[in-house]
This record gives sequence, C-alpha cells and structure tokens, in this order.
Amino acid sequence: MIYREAGQFKTSYRQDSAIFPILQDRIAIIFYLFVAFIVIPLFGSDFFLNSMMIPFLIFALAAIGLNVLTGYTGQISLGTGAFMGVGAYSCYKLTTFFPETNIVLLILLSGFFAAGIGMIFGLPSLRIKGFYLVVTTLAAQFFLEWAFIRVGWLYNYNDSGAIEVPQREAFGLIVTGPAATPSVRYLMVLSIVVLVTWVVSNLIHGRIGRSWMMIRDMDIAAELIGVRPLHAKLSAFAVSSYVAGVAGAMMVFFWLGAAEVESFDVNHSFLILFMVIIGGLGSLVGSFLGAAFIWMLPIVIRAVPRVLGLDINAATVEHLNFMILGALIIFFLIIEPHGLARLWSVVKQKLRVWPFPY
Amino acid sequence: MSATAAVRPHVTEDGRELGEVLMDLRNITLRFGGVTAIKDVSFNIQQGEIRAIIGPNGAGKTSMLNVINGFYHPQEGSITFRGETRSRMRPHDAARQGISRTFQNVALFQGMTTLDNIMAGRALKMRRNFLWQMLRYGPALEEEIEHRRKVEEVIDFLEIEHIRKTPVGRLPYGLQKRVELGRALAAEPALLLLDEPMAGMNVEEKEDMSRFILDVNEQLGTTIALIEHDMGVVMDLADRVVVLDYGRKIADGKPDEVQSDQAVIDAYLGVPH
Repeated sequence: MIYREAGQFKTSYRQDSAIFPILQDRIAIIFYLFVAFIVIPLFGSDFFLNSMMIPFLIFALAAIGLNVLTGYTGQISLGTGAFMGVGAYSCYKLTTFFPETNIVLLILLSGFFAAGIGMIFGLPSLRIKGFYLVVTTLAAQFFLEWAFIRVGWLYNYNDSGAIEVPQREAFGLIVTGPAATPSVRYLMVLSIVVLVTWVVSNLIHGRIGRSWMMIRDMDIAAELIGVRPLHAKLSAFAVSSYVAGVAGAMMVFFWLGAAEVESFDVNHSFLILFMVIIGGLGSLVGSFLGAAFIWMLPIVIRAVPRVLGLDINAATVEHLNFMILGALIIFFLIIEPHGLARLWSVVKQKLRVWPFPY
Repeated sequence: MSATAAVRPHVTEDGRELGEVLMDLRNITLRFGGVTAIKDVSFNIQQGEIRAIIGPNGAGKTSMLNVINGFYHPQEGSITFRGETRSRMRPHDAARQGISRTFQNVALFQGMTTLDNIMAGRALKMRRNFLWQMLRYGPALEEEIEHRRKVEEVIDFLEIEHIRKTPVGRLPYGLQKRVELGRALAAEPALLLLDEPMAGMNVEEKEDMSRFILDVNEQLGTTIALIEHDMGVVMDLADRVVVLDYGRKIADGKPDEVQSDQAVIDAYLGVPH
C-alpha cells in the first residue's frame, strides 16, 4: 500500500545507484528530518529532549562509529567508550586553548584526535583477528581509562578530576554550559549527527565502504583483488574512532555538562556494542534503531505505570524494566538474528507487495 | 621431452592469434617447512592462449596458482610477467599488474550484492580520494557511475542481469561461480587464473561455464590459466596443458600430445608394481 514503486522507472545508472532510489523513501527521510528539526524542538518537553532525544542521538552516532568498524569492516572492538573519551578530553583541551573558537568546530576537530589514537590501537588488527583483536581493543580501553585518571594535564589538574564544560556561545546562542537550553543543545546534536551520518553513508556506498566490506567478508580475496588490508583496516579504525570521538565530545558538552572517567568506561563500550548488535550489524538505520531500543525503551517502560495510574513502587518498576528489556532482546534476536534493521527491511519488502504474499 | 612446448607466435585452428610469452616461470621450487610442494617446475603462458594446469590430487596445482599471483613466495626460481622479472610481491601487487583469479571454493563477498561484488573487482581502477568519497558528489559520483557502466557490461556478458541486486549468499552455487568470474573479469585482467571453475557443477552448468571461458578468451582476448579435473573440459578448452604430479612437471604440450603421454597415464591410473 505505502510502497508502490509502479511507474518509477530508473533510466540512468545514477538514479539506480542513488542511496534512496525509491520515491517513498525520499519522502520518508524528508518527513523524519522535518519532525526532528521542527516538530520535536517546538513541542518536546525539556525532559523529553534532555533525557531521551539528546542521549539517543549521541548514542546512535557512537553506534554508527562502532558499526563502521564491526558491522562494515568486521573488526570487533571493545574500546568505543575510551575513543569517545578521547574525543571528549581533546575537545575540553581545545576549548581551554581556544576559548573564542566556535565550539561546534572544536567538537568536529576533536574527532581527529580520537581517529589518531584509534589508528594506533588499530595496528594490531593487521596481524590478529576475532577474539584476540577484542582483547587488544580492551587493552586500549584500560590504557586510555588509566590516562584519563593519571594524566592531570587532560583535565587541567583540577581537584575533582572531572572535566566541566564551560559556557560557550556559537551562532549567537549559548550552546554549552548550564545556561544552554535543551532545545538549542538538541538542535546542535541533531545537526552534527545528521551531518556525520550523511558523510559516513557516502563513504559506505562508495569505493572505501566496499573495500571495508570486502575485508569483512573475505579478507584473502580482497587482498587478491587489490585492496590493501593496511589501508582498509586503518581507515575503518580512523573513521570509526572519529565518529565515536565526536559522539563522546557531544556527550560531555551537550548532554552531561561534566564528566569523569566513569563516563567512558568499558560498560559504555558494551552498551554501544549491544546497540549495534540489536540494531543490526552493517546498517546505519540499525544504529539508530538499536540506540532507540536500548536507551528509550527503559524510559518508556518506567513511565508506563505512572501513566496508567498503577501504584507500583520504584524498585519493582526497575526490576520489571530489566526483565521486560531482557526478554525483548532475546525475543528480537530469536526472530531476527540480524537485528532490528533486517526486521525493518523485511517489513518494507512485505509492504511493497501487500496484500499479496509475494 | 623438451623443457617447454614450442612457443612461437602462431594462429590456432580456430583462427586466434597466440602471441609472445606473457608469463614465464623458471625452475620454481616451493617448500613448506620440510614438504616440497613444487619442485623445479618451468613453463610459460602465451599471450591469448588458454593454458590448463592438471594433475592428480595434491600435485601442487593450486600452489602453482598461488605462486603466480603472489600469495606464496617460491624459495627458488624466477617469474617473469610481461617482460618484468618479479621479486617478492604481495597479492595486491599482482592484482595491480593485471592478474586476477577465481577460487576453488567460491570466495565471494557473501554479504554484498552481485553488483557490489563485481564493482569490488574494479577496486583498483577507482582513484577518487577520501574527501570526494565523503561527499559522494562530483568526481566521486561520476567515477562511480562510469565504473557501474563497465560492470553492467560484465553483467550483460555473463547473463546475470536478473540477480544484480541479490546478495550473493542467497545464490545457487553455479551462479556464484559465474559472479566470481564476473568479479575477476571486472578488473580487465591481462592474465586470468581460474582455480577449478567447474568443480561441483552439473553438465549443463559446465557447458555454460565452458562457453563463458571461451567467450572471454575469444571476445576479450584475455589470457587464461586454469586448473580443472574434468578431462573432457580440459581437452576441449585448452590450447596447451601442463601436467604436474607430486610437485614435478611430468608433461607439457597440446592436449592430444599430453593425453597419450605415458607418464601422464601412469600418474592418473597408477603403475603396476
């Protein structure tokens, strides 16, 4: 019903190679962007923006970063949390050195520091694979956590050991610090997420993305075709860490407001990895779906008894939350091991031919 | 028996011109620890011919192919390709020089579509840098479309239009083999290596594949070196055949000469003790 491609003829390879070749998909994307940029900031409450949308977008971006590495290039990493931290601490140092520079620019620049560190810790991937690589990325995680505590220079030697976000203005608005309104911060996060997602999507659909997937699917054949594993793997580590770094910087500057090492610990690496696995390895849509599932669903479940007027104490709600979320994860992974993104594309395929079975 | 069969530019019975020596392998010896996989083998591949490498199981055929495209490094011997004697090279260097191949067990990129797999074969031809790729606009997009056109030619040639957007993991074996041939062809190789292109196929699929191999050779003028166990196929397709047994070369020549060679018959059927 919704998906009727009848009459949509592709007459050039350009049209056929488009990222959204179907008209309805293009309309849908414009609609989502309209809702995200106009409707949500206008009508969303501060709680909705601050506790749901901003973290959801930031985690979705981090999941995209990890998806580049794990979903597209097949290199499993448990260092995402630390790479996010590298982005956050570099952004903090940058804004200390250049307080006048536009903070959005600094956030985008801080990703490059994460990319550099990511490439260094990506070097072992040239010789080892699978679980052994996981262990080396875990080493990166622990080493960087150590650095965030021990290297006082990173947090300007302040007594708390935490980085606190100073107030910064950009485009005539207060965008960071306690005085920044949730809707301004939301719009900043959304713009950066849309921009970075667009760039990553372009990379994935071109030569570089193909070389990543070649390494993922059959590294020996990729090499015999002429892909250099060094280039492909390290570029994947660089792009992945860059995206994670930007997400980390945004997490501190647009969401938390202050952070110490606990914000970048291994639990966050796991959290992002679960988002990627549940959302769908090798899918950008999946990164968003996974982040929504893991981050938003618990908040929604928590809100249900309150909305229905049920008198259940908070501890019970929390227990129920874990049980329901756990059951749902198992349920979704059983009906579709390839994640929510695959489920989404199956539904789309069904809609194309509905009401006929095929 | 001469070291290699006569190599002179000549015209075959079906009118194809065979040219100069494209690849010359001299005294190749390959050892894995104490095991000698290939021992002192010399042969050459002429421009424009179909060259078959045959032999019983474990004769060193696939090892030979791996030596040719730089995956294994022989301890002794020299390899000259297009007049250039190579030293140690990596597989991607071989690809850069114009050698592409298919595998005994299909080695496609399972998660990608037929189209992407064949586009992957053109990885080396694409030049646009990272910045353009990030924008997917202007030169990067032009390049992508240009290569798409070439890939569509390969798809037409192999008659796989209907599975263009299907992930290769879902295709039947025979079609996967054909997509793999397409991926190798997309690189526009000077030398195409086929490792058992017909393994595990039924007669009909074998006939199709034979036709494609002949078409590639005749229409595109690609030089082909292939390993195959089906003797009927080898005798029909190949211009010259080299026979290996236990890592040594035991015969080299036209199919009918090889077929009646006593050493070859002994190798395949065994010798009474």
